[in-house]
Amino acid sequence: MPFKQPKVETSPKPSDEIRQTTCYMCACRCGINVHLKDGKVAYIEGNRDHPVNRGVLCAKGSAGIMQHNAPSRLRAPMKRVGPRGSGEFEKISWDEALDIAVGWLDPIRKTDPSKLAFFTGRDQSQSFTSFWAQNFGTPNYAAHGGFCSVNMAAAGIYTMGGAFWEFGQPDWEHTKLFMLFGVAEDHDSNPIKMGLGRLKARGARVIGVNPIRTGYNAVADDWVGITPGTDGLFILALVHELMKAGKIDLDYLARFTNAPCLVIDNPGGADHGLLLRDDQDRPLVIDRTTGQPAPFDQKGVRPDLSARHMHSGRPCQTVLHKMAETYLDPAYAPEAVAERCGIPAPRIRQIAADLARVAFDESIEIHQPWTDFRGDTHDTMIGRPVSFHAMRGISAHANGFQTCRALHLLQILLGSVETPGGFRFKPPYPKPVEAHPTPHCHAKPDCPLDGPHLGFVRGPDDLALTDDGTPARIDKAFSWDNPMSAHGLMHMVISNAHAGDPYRIDTLFLYMANMSWNSSMNTRGVIDMLTDRDDTGDYVIPRIIYSDAYASEMVAYADLILPDTTYLERHDCISLLDRPICEADAAADAIRWPVVAPDRDVQGFQTTLVQLANRMKLPGFTDDAGRAKYQDYADYITWHERKPGIGPLAGWRSPPEGSGVGGTSSEGRGSPNPDQIARYIENGGFFSTPIPEGATYYKPWNSAYQDWAVKLGLFDSPQPYLFQLWCEPLRRFQLAAEGHGDRQPPDHLRPRIRDQFSPLPIWYAPDSATQNMGQNTGQDDYPVTALTQRPMAMYHSWGSQNAWLRQIHGQNPLYVSSHLMRRHGLSDGDWVHVTSPHGRITVPVLEMAALNDHTVWTWNAIGKRKGAWALSDDAPEATKGFLLNHLIHELLPPRGDGLRWANSDPITGQAAWFDLKVRLEKAAPQTESQPAFPPIRSPVGRGPDQLRWKTQT
Amino acid sequence: MTQLPDRTDRKLGLVIDLDTCVGCHACVISCKGWNTENESAPLSDQDAYGTAPSGTFLNRVHSYEIQPDTGPAQLVHFPKSCLHCEDAPCVTVCPTGASYKRVEDGIVLVNEDHCIGCGLCAWSCPYGARELDLAAGVMKKCTLCVDRIYNTHLDEEDRVPACVRTCPAGARHFGDLGDPDSDVSRLVAERGGAELMPEQGTRPVNRYLPPRPRDQWQADPAPAALAPVADTPTGFPGWLDKALEKL
Repeated sequence: MPFKQPKVETSPKPSDEIRQTTCYMCACRCGINVHLKDGKVAYIEGNRDHPVNRGVLCAKGSAGIMQHNAPSRLRAPMKRVGPRGSGEFEKISWDEALDIAVGWLDPIRKTDPSKLAFFTGRDQSQSFTSFWAQNFGTPNYAAHGGFCSVNMAAAGIYTMGGAFWEFGQPDWEHTKLFMLFGVAEDHDSNPIKMGLGRLKARGARVIGVNPIRTGYNAVADDWVGITPGTDGLFILALVHELMKAGKIDLDYLARFTNAPCLVIDNPGGADHGLLLRDDQDRPLVIDRTTGQPAPFDQKGVRPDLSARHMHSGRPCQTVLHKMAETYLDPAYAPEAVAERCGIPAPRIRQIAADLARVAFDESIEIHQPWTDFRGDTHDTMIGRPVSFHAMRGISAHANGFQTCRALHLLQILLGSVETPGGFRFKPPYPKPVEAHPTPHCHAKPDCPLDGPHLGFVRGPDDLALTDDGTPARIDKAFSWDNPMSAHGLMHMVISNAHAGDPYRIDTLFLYMANMSWNSSMNTRGVIDMLTDRDDTGDYVIPRIIYSDAYASEMVAYADLILPDTTYLERHDCISLLDRPICEADAAADAIRWPVVAPDRDVQGFQTTLVQLANRMKLPGFTDDAGRAKYQDYADYITWHERKPGIGPLAGWRSPPEGSGVGGTSSEGRGSPNPDQIARYIENGGFFSTPIPEGATYYKPWNSAYQDWAVKLGLFDSPQPYLFQLWCEPLRRFQLAAEGHGDRQPPDHLRPRIRDQFSPLPIWYAPDSATQNMGQNTGQDDYPVTALTQRPMAMYHSWGSQNAWLRQIHGQNPLYVSSHLMRRHGLSDGDWVHVTSPHGRITVPVLEMAALNDHTVWTWNAIGKRKGAWALSDDAPEATKGFLLNHLIHELLPPRGDGLRWANSDPITGQAAWFDLKVRLEKAAPQTESQPAFPPIRSPVGRGPDQLRWKTQT
Repeated sequence: MTQLPDRTDRKLGLVIDLDTCVGCHACVISCKGWNTENESAPLSDQDAYGTAPSGTFLNRVHSYEIQPDTGPAQLVHFPKSCLHCEDAPCVTVCPTGASYKRVEDGIVLVNEDHCIGCGLCAWSCPYGARELDLAAGVMKKCTLCVDRIYNTHLDEEDRVPACVRTCPAGARHFGDLGDPDSDVSRLVAERGGAELMPEQGTRPVNRYLPPRPRDQWQADPAPAALAPVADTPTGFPGWLDKALEKL
């Protein structure tokens, strides 16, 4: 056929209108352009002007249209009419739904607010939901951080006033060597991918430390396939090498950390191991100029790292001295750790040498003068172009808190935190522990709680205990079991409520948390607890209210469903009061707004909370006459002031003239502006203001940054501080365990508090924290570590209802190392029994060579319960898909001491998902993964067979 | 049966960086979204919520494990779509003239009005880059977003294929590979960009940049190590004093 070329329309109009809002397909919060045709969502792409994603968008974000239109969307409020778990519901009106909820909640509030447990899952409005809970008066509020990554957040804040995660980022522009530990590929995912791309484009080196070589580790120049749970040991061996070689930044340590602070040596005394302070409670250092003690922040002081001092007959040594004693010990030598870490000693030494070479021999200098908090001026900014990032992989272990601290110790020793080329904080971080609240837990009838629920304890005095010493909270957060549980312990709520330990509750109120399936350890057990009845036939957990946008597995276990909208149908604010979208060079926050109206009888959960608050006339939501202050969430976003001049959104506040709150601009501080949301919409859904030049590095100590942060309203006064290599709060708990103070831990917890709450980062085997305590570790019976990780194209359980994404990850085999495949005589597609001390699953396997020899893993949350998410009962997610959750208990196996120990970090209570040890046995071929669960009745039916998605114009 | 043009004015194509691709599938879905909604028939999905969901995609990411002779195994993510071959067998095999290669830019397209869904082109493509849409009954393939790259409704910087615009890691590049001075041609020259399966003689336009060598430390017989400042731990304070003198 002769060549003949048809004419093609190359310039079709892509849409009628673009509306810009914020993605909610994961925790990244990218800016998106939603193209509309004929009022319908036609196409979603990244917003080029947005500070988070600069136009790019991941698979999840691009598939948002399938999430927005998913057949699994709930359609109306419902009340349960069959037994719990049956999935039998009746549609009701919002009026009736709110009446029912208020009928349950208001009497609780007026008699004993702690009978409500209100916990939220993938909540991006925690400053609002916590405000609601505080005004309700219950002490029982938290989001899901306790089973997510509290170790990462808490260790960062306690050590250096901020964490990895989305709270900081490598200096992508300047870093030359980037080392990535155990990352889960969902948080901050597009910024990390963009950053890796920038590093690759200019030939910077990437080292990945992870038992599994996928995703970011697949593109790393070097892969260190570490034994799970030994990251801290590896890091401390690097610290050993660097200290031994003197390759540490002494000037940085002396100026900006508590390395020169003086540790009191007074064995048996109540101040043993605390830092020497003056009468104004300021830590003291020895000034090298005078040889005398001086407050750390005194103008002109030159802290002496090698000082010794005698105070009232007690010798004091510097923190650095303690560090040398600890880390130069041959126990941390590469040879001593190599076998446990699965990394040859020469390799450890080589990485230490590489870090030192890049940090010190390839240092960079930015000619930018700056002034520190002591008033010293510096002509330049010296950069140590080594940077680190880590996430759940190192934190979801029972030694995760100390491991995360060890990593911060490493980067601080190199002088690479908040210096060019290193790790940089994003506002509102850096922020010292002292600038965070302590936990509040004192509930009284008909009264708001005495303060914020969650916070950072400084010592035993701040624990959330009742007068008789028992836990005040249903999750036992901030109790001796896990004193520094800064995010609460959502994973313990249901089992504690079921056990009536520490007390019984009346109503469990959950938001967007799939607790009867992939968000709980011990899934079968949790289902039984949710449906268990007492002797009188009543449910042990009497009432359950649940809000979700989708027909998740949890819906069937609730008594009342308050349906949420999709992310394109709602208002939200991504607030500086919470977890904003700042960059290292800018403060930024964002909104969501209804770019389309819901076509179902649903409303945003936050608006539902406002309506509940108004009906109950909660203080904070209503005035003295009981009149509502806010009609809905948008109203709250606009008008709420956390303190005068500071609201949920920092941009386009009313200017100081006439605002009555002072301030110098309309950014950060200012009166509420009725047009604020409209201004955000005009600007693409976000607000961003740059950090001034000269204030963008050395933020914790940089006067220009501190002054800017005060002006913006992040602080009310400058908050310079020292990095806490020696963590005094930990030492205060040790002192209590040694018998000092009024608040004393129970005797059975004293040994582990003494051993594991070391004020300097240490490593201990994860199972020594939780399992053995002098008994058999079970290593031989369960020699294999089983891990999960999140695919980049899925977010928790949400992805499976998405017709496009489930074609990428519709099934999750157990990936087994080549070593274990051979040992067990397995081939791809064979089935194995995977047995842990808690249970057994039977699943299909697939070989993977780029994997630590003694590790198996699978994708998280692909496995689905039949009947959920509008999938058919024979969907591969429901037949072949599986959860490792069945193998993990929230408690450890009994040890014969009459006690049940939590499967979590003893410091923070972080769920130790990644300490799961199993054994494999080849199994006969199966038709379905085991355990198989009976279907639950779907409240929304099934999705259509065929999709031909196109808006018709 | 259908003729190719003698020559094309430009050779538009993609350069895909296998050193940088993290396998996130952003390009896959962005492509699906744009090409479902925009010109031509939507990319349909069958059994979308059922037991064997299967839909039409113009771009897919495959992952391969590589076991080098020494050193640990590696994982390479390999995005694959039509390579817009100069000697495109999918065009010459087409019985109706529906498959064609454009003179002005070398893009290989399917005229859906003339496509009878016979599948010969998919059979002839050595790369497996064509997919028959079961709902529309026509052959689908990468158009290089011909309805984006010249689209005057889009900002200049957005006139690139959807997959390129969205790639978070910056692993996808678009341009004229017929122009030796173009950014993409320079990148190919710098990084040793390669044709896929040149032995097939299809002369693909797209290029792949190979992964940089991994795990080079393996090759080092005596890796560098730091020299201690003092032989014993107790020597550390002495070293510290000396080091502090210098500050």
